[in-house]
Amino acid sequence: MNSFFLFSIIFWISAWIINIFIGQSNLTKTKMVLPPILFGVSLILIWEASISAFDVSPVILPAPSLVFIKLISSVPILWVDFVQTFVKGALSGYIFGCLAAFGVALLADRFKFLERGLLPIGNFMAALPIIGTAPILVRWFGFDWESKSAVVTVMVFFPMLINTIQGLQMSDKIHRDLMQTYNATSFQTLIKLRLAAAMPFIFNGLKICSTLALIGAIVAEFFGSPIKGIGFRISTEVGRFALDMVWAEITIAAITGSLFYGGIVLLEKVVTFWHPSQRGRLE
Amino acid sequence: MNNSILPIVAISTFIVLIWYSFSIVLNSSWALDKAERNDQKLSFSELVHDTWSQKKPKLPAPHQVGYEMYKTIFDKKVTSKRSLVYHGWITLSATLAGFLLGTLLGILLALAIVHDRATDLSVMPWIITSQTIPILALAPMIIVVLSSIGFTGLMPKAVISMYLSFFPIVVGMVKGLRSPDLLEIDQMKTWSASKFQILIKLRLPKSIPFLFTSLKLGMAASLVGAIVGELPSGAIAGLGARMLSGSYYGQTIQIWSALFAAAILAASLVGVISIIQAYVFKRMMIVQ
Repeated sequence: MNSFFLFSIIFWISAWIINIFIGQSNLTKTKMVLPPILFGVSLILIWEASISAFDVSPVILPAPSLVFIKLISSVPILWVDFVQTFVKGALSGYIFGCLAAFGVALLADRFKFLERGLLPIGNFMAALPIIGTAPILVRWFGFDWESKSAVVTVMVFFPMLINTIQGLQMSDKIHRDLMQTYNATSFQTLIKLRLAAAMPFIFNGLKICSTLALIGAIVAEFFGSPIKGIGFRISTEVGRFALDMVWAEITIAAITGSLFYGGIVLLEKVVTFWHPSQRGRLE
Repeated sequence: MNNSILPIVAISTFIVLIWYSFSIVLNSSWALDKAERNDQKLSFSELVHDTWSQKKPKLPAPHQVGYEMYKTIFDKKVTSKRSLVYHGWITLSATLAGFLLGTLLGILLALAIVHDRATDLSVMPWIITSQTIPILALAPMIIVVLSSIGFTGLMPKAVISMYLSFFPIVVGMVKGLRSPDLLEIDQMKTWSASKFQILIKLRLPKSIPFLFTSLKLGMAASLVGAIVGELPSGAIAGLGARMLSGSYYGQTIQIWSALFAAAILAASLVGVISIIQAYVFKRMMIVQ
């Protein structure tokens, strides 16, 4: 039991007490931010302190400070991995898969026969472990980023498809009737009413897929990769028990994932400002 | 539902047709190469026959995968290392163990979040953030670290499955436990119900529909976790290991049959939850 460990415990308890007080007071926006930060900081402090207090080997769990030092000192490697996995693999597949799903959803919307068949099949496929296609696609498209992009495309396709199809069914009958009294063509109705009404669902799909895209790109690298990429680095550094590097890569993946998701949420706020779930927050 | 059977059958047939034609296109270069080396000319029907019956095709034809699955499921002894049932069982047990742990953890966390404001304010944002993180990237490390401190086999995979499956449960259950409106909670209070009574008689019953939706998501996530958890363990046993060893040795038919076994497993697990859901909804008279 050293004093640092004691301090971290005291910090955690006092942070919790402060959070209880914040919970009881009137909530403002600034006050909402405080509790998660306090909680996060006390978690990292306890982590750091218990590593030194209980003498945990860095082969099992490295201290946050060690991870941070590794992160700072290996920026070039991390950058190369980031570009390989996120920009080349995940992002390209994400864009391609979402666009393809959007196109098929528009087709399905035009031909109801297609929609009635695709919706159940899509729902079924979305629950399957599509990640399993990774070894096949890596064989087809080679070890470089093209295969990762293909895995991501396949993974994001079905969640995006069912969300878009469902979204396109969302417009009210009364609104469609109004469009008809305006003598709008079906194309005009689609653009001006139904796509707009579908936007909350489309963004829901985009958000789900943003997480899937990173997972797909990383796991696909476990099946073969050139000597760069987040997934490649994780699997090889784990084999060498260099866990500080593994945690540094995971930190990068976590930050990337959160920023990617956050970016889509921001875009959603701009596009669907009219939706009830957004109106309250914008003031 | 009935009027969608024809479209489903039509589209499925279409997919199988595409699959057969793609396996001709993708495998033809190998077949043509072989023919050229033997100074043969392949007629179209010979070409089709060859592309649908290669040993290590780029894309095996559906009947090849079907035959391989039949062989490895029914013809091999269940204990044999070549039996798909044996590998499927290993994956299934890790999935179920992780799923149960994840469900338990998720429900407990949701109860704490709903009843304690400080937990809600400080933990909930982190739970939401953690959903945006590619948690699966942690899988190799969890496996290696746990095995270095003496845990091998089922446990590390179950931990990964638990980690993946508890997020949908927490989020769904928090939503569900909060779904009673103010009027209903006020009504309970006029009856002088305690917090515990409100939980048992109002919040829990109201959260059941949310629970089943999250259980399905959690089960699917749990299976993915178990499969990915098998990858770094050196491809010993399980469906994920079948995929990895198939990918090492170019046994494409083996990869595909493992993939289909995983798909069937996922579909039946989600199906079982749906059946339980239908029964529970009927007993509780929940109309969906």
